[in-house]
Amino acid sequence: MADKITFELVSPERLLLSEPVEMVVIPGTEGNFGVLPGHAPFASTVRADLIEIYQDNRVTRRIFVAGGFAEVSPDRVTVLADEAVLVEEIERGAVEARIKALEDDVRDGADEVARAAAQAKLFVEQAKLAAVIRASGA
Amino acid sequence: MPSLKDLRLRIRSVRSTQKITAAMKMVAGAKLRRAQEAAEAARPYADRMDRMLRALAASFGDRPGAPTMLVGTGKAQIHLIVVATADRGLCGSFNASIVRETRNMVRALLAEGKTVKLVTIGRKARDLLRRQFGPMIVASFTEMDRPRLSYAAADRVASQVISMFAAGEFDVCTIIYNRFKSALAQFVTRHQLIPFKADAAPAEAAAQGARAVYEYEPDEEEILAALLPKNLGIQIFRALLENYASEQGARMTAMENATRNAGDMIGKLTMRYNRTRQAQITRELIEIISGAEAV
Repeated sequence: MADKITFELVSPERLLLSEPVEMVVIPGTEGNFGVLPGHAPFASTVRADLIEIYQDNRVTRRIFVAGGFAEVSPDRVTVLADEAVLVEEIERGAVEARIKALEDDVRDGADEVARAAAQAKLFVEQAKLAAVIRASGA
Repeated sequence: MPSLKDLRLRIRSVRSTQKITAAMKMVAGAKLRRAQEAAEAARPYADRMDRMLRALAASFGDRPGAPTMLVGTGKAQIHLIVVATADRGLCGSFNASIVRETRNMVRALLAEGKTVKLVTIGRKARDLLRRQFGPMIVASFTEMDRPRLSYAAADRVASQVISMFAAGEFDVCTIIYNRFKSALAQFVTRHQLIPFKADAAPAEAAAQGARAVYEYEPDEEEILAALLPKNLGIQIFRALLENYASEQGARMTAMENATRNAGDMIGKLTMRYNRTRQAQITRELIEIISGAEAV
């Protein structure tokens, strides 16, 4: 299969990745969706989970994103990510420590706003941990 | 008439000032390069966000039920102005010109009978506006560029603005910052954040919107509701990046001028020092000669 689609991953601070890929699976808020070349124009919000990049019929890279937006056009997929990190670069211990700290914040946050912010961060870290466990198991 | 010793001391002091300004110029130059790179790197996200938002806004058209962030509250009574300056001075008219623009805008709005609220970014905005408009300042942010200007910092400002908007505390939000053109030229710019305004010509936006018929998941309302606050953060982030680059550019120019002035001053003082020294030698010679003749 010679057809490729350009996959772009951008964070607010810089363009993280731009390369031709065979297929990419994106975790949309309403379910994962795979994008192949020639996909119909499509836009979706993205939840905190793994993006999987396929080359030669297998996954070559897994990237964790902490939510964002995806825009698909026939020749390009763009993911606007809030935070993105390669699964291999996530340190499980650090994530677990952060979850602990955030759980404390959620419990004894100073006010409603601080607790809600901590809760939102906690969700992201929990998703990150789940992703790491899944990736290492697979 | 200053003595030779006084002149020597002054030359020395000007010279050390010159060393400081020259060093500051080089630091600002290095920071400017990095700031430009950061601004460059942030462009793709902003561009794509803009494209998506415009397609969404176009597909919404004038349908009722669009989020108020996009179309406004229908009023323009309370204005929120986000004023972005630097934390430090010594950068020419950089801070002063932003503050001047803010003053003009506040005065014009007050004259129209509107209510004005201010959010200041940077120590200088807070300090320079506090005396005149103290009670209008609802929030202040400083040290945005420490350890470095990040999206997280812009997001702090954005969430403050969003929570105020959600609470109905203002109708229109504008940010004032310095747009970066070059190290020599920066322009004070007003940019309206809420309600959202596409920068490009409407015809072009409409054409783009018609061409790209997207499918949305979840539906348009929900995407838009998630996208608009994010976009606000991005707009503020972009303004801060531009502002930071402008600050460094302005400082570089100001310090270059200061270094040159110090050089001129050293030249003049050295000339005067030498003249004075020669005059003194001549006088001593005359005294010796006339003393010898008298014998």
